[in-house]
Amino acid sequence: MHGAHTPLAHLKKGESGRIIHIHGGHGFKRRLNTLGIREGQIVKVVSKQPMVGPLTFSVGNCQMTMGRGMAHKIIVEGL
Amino acid sequence: MIKKIVLMGNPNVGKSVVFSRLTGANVISSNYPGTTVDFSKGKMRLDDKTVEIIDAPGTYSLEPANKAEEAASKMAEKADVIINVIDATNLERNLLLTLELLEKNIPMIIALNLWDESHHLGIQIDEKKLEEILGIPVVPTVALTGEGIKELAARIKEAKTNDKIKPTSDDGRWIKIGSVIGKVEKIEHRHHTLKDRISDLTIRPLTGIPIALGIIFFAFWIVRLVGETLIAYVFEPLFENIYKPIAMEISGLLGPGIIHDFLIGRLIDGEIEFVESLGILTTGLFVPIGMVLPYIFAFYLVLSILEDTGYLPRLATLVDNIFHRLGMHGHGIIPMFLGLGCNVPGALSIRTLETRKQRFISATLLAIAVPCMAQISMIFAIFSSSELGSGTWYFKPIFYISLVFLVLIILWVIIGLILNKMIKGETPEIFLEIPPYRRPSLKTTGKKTWMRVRWFLKEAIPWLFFGVFIIGVLNATGIMDAVSSAFEPIMVGLFGLPGAVSIVLITGFLRKDLAVGLLLALAITTPFSPMQLVIVATMLTIYFPCVATFAVLFKELGLKDMFKSVLIMSSTTVIVGITLRFILLGV
Repeated sequence: MHGAHTPLAHLKKGESGRIIHIHGGHGFKRRLNTLGIREGQIVKVVSKQPMVGPLTFSVGNCQMTMGRGMAHKIIVEGL
Repeated sequence: MIKKIVLMGNPNVGKSVVFSRLTGANVISSNYPGTTVDFSKGKMRLDDKTVEIIDAPGTYSLEPANKAEEAASKMAEKADVIINVIDATNLERNLLLTLELLEKNIPMIIALNLWDESHHLGIQIDEKKLEEILGIPVVPTVALTGEGIKELAARIKEAKTNDKIKPTSDDGRWIKIGSVIGKVEKIEHRHHTLKDRISDLTIRPLTGIPIALGIIFFAFWIVRLVGETLIAYVFEPLFENIYKPIAMEISGLLGPGIIHDFLIGRLIDGEIEFVESLGILTTGLFVPIGMVLPYIFAFYLVLSILEDTGYLPRLATLVDNIFHRLGMHGHGIIPMFLGLGCNVPGALSIRTLETRKQRFISATLLAIAVPCMAQISMIFAIFSSSELGSGTWYFKPIFYISLVFLVLIILWVIIGLILNKMIKGETPEIFLEIPPYRRPSLKTTGKKTWMRVRWFLKEAIPWLFFGVFIIGVLNATGIMDAVSSAFEPIMVGLFGLPGAVSIVLITGFLRKDLAVGLLLALAITTPFSPMQLVIVATMLTIYFPCVATFAVLFKELGLKDMFKSVLIMSSTTVIVGITLRFILLGV
């Protein structure tokens, strides 16, 4: 994964990435931004629920749970 | 002059705790975002003057993403002073709202809350420097323990605006935040702590799901244990040994007559029987206090602990998959959980769900398949009562109780699956913050439990008195017998139940616990088989919510959707009643 661009949804449990782009409309991007999820931030996948369930990741000192579809819109660079 | 102070901040930073510290008022707070959906208003003393203080719902930004946030951002406009509560463990993210607020040019002061926790996390914030850069007072606080609150109150009058901060774009704000953070915050590397490890274990499916099942099972076991113990050792002795002689005394003073019938009710073998007498001062007091209150207390104690530790958002993550198939997302577990205590707060919390579809489905499922604690405790009582057809108990009470719950869970899933297919609209994906685990403080958990118990008493006792009174009137006028005979063909024909059950169902619209109490009283004269009791208990849960819940649902859903929901409830009741009759009674 190192250096490759991939959606956050494709990172495995325990893998980290740096956010390089967020797809989607202004509202969606802003909503993520206000929660500290924005370009340049480092995210780490904590857990993935089975059957395309939600994904939990950490960003800064926070943890977020997010649906898999949303996690597909966040593009990260593998670390 | 300061007249109105508004508390603003991100969700789950402890605004409500700061609020109750400043005002001395009791406000419900939990360790998950969005506890304050409405706002709370209070008063505090400031230089011998009383000022109004408002606890706004949490918001991440002044450009709101939902209704609660919209409300918060409107409240900010009307403030004379804003207290911006900041989570010191997430300074960077919290500063976005701070900058937006400063752009409004309203005098402001910052409470840098969770100060102790930030130290544990190895975060060092130079609060003096932050004060200097932002140009407004910054006070570190630990609202839970009250640390720093005095200083915060004392410095409210120093609140200032900073006209050097001009409205800008988000990018501009993030650049500014980046430079502030660089100057005031130092983070030491820290190792994975025990808390982190527990957090990981409880949110990963492989370990999290078994733990969740264990916690839920354990929670109910504790509720039943605490409830039963309180009844056996505290409430029953209290009623039987202390209150009964007093009530008998009153009964003697009143003498036979209509007043006696209403206040004390029937005497059985010259004695007051708290369940069967059906008087306002006997059954009307005994059902809510002697039978329901112990369980309500136990339930809210356990719920408050689950809330304050921060476990519920993790549970929401784990159940998201199931909830999605039923047309909701994981956050939908919150209304269901609250509904187990009392359907009214459950119904109120439905508004935190984003779309009409989700709200409709959770409201309908809540009304049909989630019995409230008042009802559950009475169901416990009816199946544990040894007076009921002794000798026919080839199974233990827990078998019948489990049967009721099993039917409700099956219904919950099936109706959810159907509604998800039938109702048009979107179910957005789950997106929520997972707060760190916190050790619940005895004081806040205790206070919260007490507030909820008090709320229950205030809500329940008038309705119970009213219900007992109505039953008395119906009994005295012979209407009860008439209704019972009129419905006899339907009850016997469709469900294989005695006609008198119709009275129980009608009473259930007032209060479900009273309805089961009435059933308990009826069962003494009319023999019920345990399986018949299972059918009545199940039907009583699903057919209709009590009037208090009904009113809230009506307000939240609107006329059209409420009508649809009621249609689903009543048809489900008939179908389930008939089905259970064939399965359980075999006729």
